[in-house]
Amino acid sequence: MNSQEKEPMFSAKNFKLLTSPLDRNNPITIQVLGICSALAVTVKLKPALVMALSVTIVVAISNLVIAVLRNYIPDRIRIIVQLVVIATLVIIVDQILKAFAFDVSKQLSVFVGLIITNCIIMGRLEAFAMANRPWPSFLDGLGNGAGYGLILIIVAFFRELLGSGTIYGYPVLEKIGAYSIGYENNGMMILPPIALIVVGLIIWFQRSRNSELIEK
Amino acid sequence: MKHFSNRYIFIFSTVMVVIVAALLSLAATLLQPAQERNLEIEKKRSMLESIWIPATKKNAVELYDKYIREGFVLNIKGDPVEGIDAFTVILKNEQKKPLEEQYLPVFRAEPDDGEKVIILPVEGKGLWGPIYGYVSLKSDLNTIYGVTFDHKGETPGLGAEINTTAFESMFPGKKLFENGTFVSVQVHKGGADPADLHGVDAISGGTITSKGLEKMLLDCLGKYNDYLIKNTI
Repeated sequence: MNSQEKEPMFSAKNFKLLTSPLDRNNPITIQVLGICSALAVTVKLKPALVMALSVTIVVAISNLVIAVLRNYIPDRIRIIVQLVVIATLVIIVDQILKAFAFDVSKQLSVFVGLIITNCIIMGRLEAFAMANRPWPSFLDGLGNGAGYGLILIIVAFFRELLGSGTIYGYPVLEKIGAYSIGYENNGMMILPPIALIVVGLIIWFQRSRNSELIEK
Repeated sequence: MKHFSNRYIFIFSTVMVVIVAALLSLAATLLQPAQERNLEIEKKRSMLESIWIPATKKNAVELYDKYIREGFVLNIKGDPVEGIDAFTVILKNEQKKPLEEQYLPVFRAEPDDGEKVIILPVEGKGLWGPIYGYVSLKSDLNTIYGVTFDHKGETPGLGAEINTTAFESMFPGKKLFENGTFVSVQVHKGGADPADLHGVDAISGGTITSKGLEKMLLDCLGKYNDYLIKNTI
């Protein structure tokens, strides 16, 4: 993308943009952004996965677009421009899902439209893409989308396993015979508050491993 | 920070809006046929499901043509209305009209066991949004042959259970009429007596959805009252 500086496409610095949101700078557990959708779509793995993919695509491409335009976007209307870019991408993603992944789009229903209001995306555009070159911005978007998706998938895994007894729709607990020895699915796992508790547990686990993350 | 003139800002926003509008209308136009097809397949699939024929995305259209014989539209008095394609009637729009002007679609089907069934669409309100489905009746126009329900956004694991086989399989064999009067099928909290011909179990934790479903059946099937009575064998 930027030939003058001859910085390799995956220099250590760029690589870090991609990996740090997965752990140290995770948008959900560290920056505590995008919580609302994390509660809503994590009952089952499949919608969580599609949501993670959609958000990743939207945040990466909007980061790229905004970074390309960053020197031309008038400061006074930059938030509007960011919103227009995000909204356009989200509508296109929604239309594509409706055309090619109808079942999934039915499950996600309103949440696809709500990607527009996902604070992670606006946050990355304001904090990163407005001040950085396109390629690092794109990587930053991918990284943050993946970091968001990772937490979604972890939460959805536990909620689906304990709440419905399945993994990605496959009846694991039934196959290993858990029900015949008296096990019952925990209905609480299906309700949104549990997602918050699971996210809390992840944050606890993450901070207990990494003392740098603990605020003084 | 660079300073931009007002003129630049106006031109920038105008150009941006035009580009975005072009992009979106392009996407909408290109994807529309695929989306409409999905909706059509979805509708055919649920209709087939209500007469116990599992269809996939691929064979739904083919199976629909094989099993669904005809569709026609009635008015509230049970008389046929000419010139309307039953498949294209959107129930939600009909329900907004005055009762006398509503079109009531009926589909005739013949599953493999030789039973001549009719399929009636239903649509109502759950807890969070619309719920809908199809109810098929045996040729006595009283006994339920099969049902299928679906929903837009009921709570997974609670209200959303209305589209599971466990719930739907309680309906076949239930009767809509009691001594010639329309009584529909009720959902009972805490479980219905299996011998009750007009009752099924409600969904635990999904009371409002269950009650919405009960009301949907009462309202939508009730409109066919005159037709069902007139044509009973």
